[in-house]
Amino acid sequence: MQNLFTFAFCVLGFELSAMVNPKLKLNPKIFDKDVEEAPIRNGFGEGLLFLGGKNRNVVALSADLTESTRVEAFAKKYPDRFFEVGVAEQNMATIAAGLGVSGKIPFIASYATFSPGRNYEQVRTTVAYNDANVKIAGHHAGVSVGPDGATHQATEDIAVMRVMPNMRVFVPCDAIEAKKATIVAASIDGPVYIRFSREKSAVMTTEDTPFRPGKMETFWDSRKPQAAIIACGLLLRNALIAAKELEKENIGILVLNSHSIKPIDQRGIVGAAEKAGAIITVEEHQVTGGLGGAVAEVLAGRHPVPVEFVGMHDTFGESGAPQDLIEKYGMGVKDIKEAVQKAIARK
Amino acid sequence: MIPIHEEKLKYLEETANKIREKIIEMLVEAGSGHSAGPLGMADIFAAFYFHILKHDPRKPAWPDRDRLVLSNGHICPVLYATLAYAGYFPREELMTLRKINSRLQGHPHRGTLPGIETTSGPLGSGLSQAIGMALAARLDGKKYRTYCLMSDGEHNEGNVWEAVMFAGKNKLSNLTVVMDRNNIQIDGFTENVMPLEPLREKYESFNWHVLEIDGHNMEELVFAISEAEAIYEKPTLIVAHTIPGKGVSFMERRYEWHGKPPTPAEARLALAELRTLGRRIKSEHE
Repeated sequence: MQNLFTFAFCVLGFELSAMVNPKLKLNPKIFDKDVEEAPIRNGFGEGLLFLGGKNRNVVALSADLTESTRVEAFAKKYPDRFFEVGVAEQNMATIAAGLGVSGKIPFIASYATFSPGRNYEQVRTTVAYNDANVKIAGHHAGVSVGPDGATHQATEDIAVMRVMPNMRVFVPCDAIEAKKATIVAASIDGPVYIRFSREKSAVMTTEDTPFRPGKMETFWDSRKPQAAIIACGLLLRNALIAAKELEKENIGILVLNSHSIKPIDQRGIVGAAEKAGAIITVEEHQVTGGLGGAVAEVLAGRHPVPVEFVGMHDTFGESGAPQDLIEKYGMGVKDIKEAVQKAIARK
Repeated sequence: MIPIHEEKLKYLEETANKIREKIIEMLVEAGSGHSAGPLGMADIFAAFYFHILKHDPRKPAWPDRDRLVLSNGHICPVLYATLAYAGYFPREELMTLRKINSRLQGHPHRGTLPGIETTSGPLGSGLSQAIGMALAARLDGKKYRTYCLMSDGEHNEGNVWEAVMFAGKNKLSNLTVVMDRNNIQIDGFTENVMPLEPLREKYESFNWHVLEIDGHNMEELVFAISEAEAIYEKPTLIVAHTIPGKGVSFMERRYEWHGKPPTPAEARLALAELRTLGRRIKSEHE
């Protein structure tokens, strides 16, 4: 009986691993209801704390949101390297620029609507154009911020940051990837923007999953894909669930994690388009100018195929429960599946 | 800092005048740019780069150099002319100001031209960058001092007051601001556009040490800089009262000259005046 049980488990396990890319060493519970959950922003806090112990040039600045942006642990352990600027995001960015051109590696943290929102020009001139070694942590990304409403839900920040020369843009999909993105950002000489979400979300990766700037990873692989979903941030999980459900309907799907919006993985995007012939982008952001825009730019120039965009369609969010908002604004599993069907029908 | 001797003073004044002449030549060649501010700050720039700053034009990235941040980047012709006279780059290059493929951008850009500490121009963000440099010095236990040259008009910007609060809170005694108090900005006199006074009391209430000087008296400036160095646990503001357009009679104190260059004819008049120190001496060009 025991053997039979083990045998059945292996068969099921095998079926699953044939689809989830085994090379990436993803969380085995990635599709389970009781998958570990953690706010993506926690990974930033852990990464920053780790960096504090590794490199004494790493400093952190906060604009009166130290706990919420998860800078607190660093601030407590390295008080000499932590600067509270008060509710003054413009000052925070420009002080960081001065630190960044003086051999320091400053991380500035606030909600993305304020930084790089309110301090856009300071970031443009004194960080990006100045090529100052500043890392911008933009928190409270997307409608999944929930009850705070649209004033605090950043849905334009990827667009604003990725058009800036010298700027890199990372959107980690879970807390573990957020930690890696934070640590990698410190090793890059120059401006980096990293985007984090507020609410708990599924931990899909493990410490062993690779994170390489400018390189997408195929999380869900299908031998005969009819479409490829390119996703970033916590919605990657919805994309994976949609892919798994579509697979049961004999529709082969690729799901790629585009944690790096800039530099973007041009070869990976073209490769997915060649293999699958249709692309769906999924992001908790305006579809214009964000991941969808970036992918469409690559495809238009190098390998045009039908593209469907899942994300915010020229609208602000509102207050509500995170999951309800994601569904109301068309970013749920059902919406992704519909977008896939539409993209395939247009081939 | 070494006290200033009579001969050095004379040399600095001559250098400031050469810088003024160069500013006029650069502006007329460029056909655009700002006249009044650069002329008004020529004495202060000469004093900084030829007496006050610890720097080495042959090693612009020397880690222990004093930092000078020009916050109101639009007066960069005076910075460029001074850097060239100090030996950071060839003087001939000054005539490429604002032209294509030039290292002399319309507003200063770090990394393009040696001696430029940071990118500036959009007003109100220089002081906080200087604060970042002063913080870095403190973290690294370095002795270099950070100077920020600011305009009065840019004190309209909220970012300035955020920075003033931060520097006071953090007792940044290694930071000194020299404010070009020339009373003009693009739309008119500062006290009409957006009253700034009382500036001394404003800064003092944010825990700054405040000094006031005649911005064309180099001895006063050098003395004030020395006092700022001696001040403990406070950043210092030196309000330098300057005459916009200083040295060219028809530009002095006229806000119309804030944002325009001289025509070739006006430049000839201006240069004649500068070369003769207002007809007090004979010009070698005549």
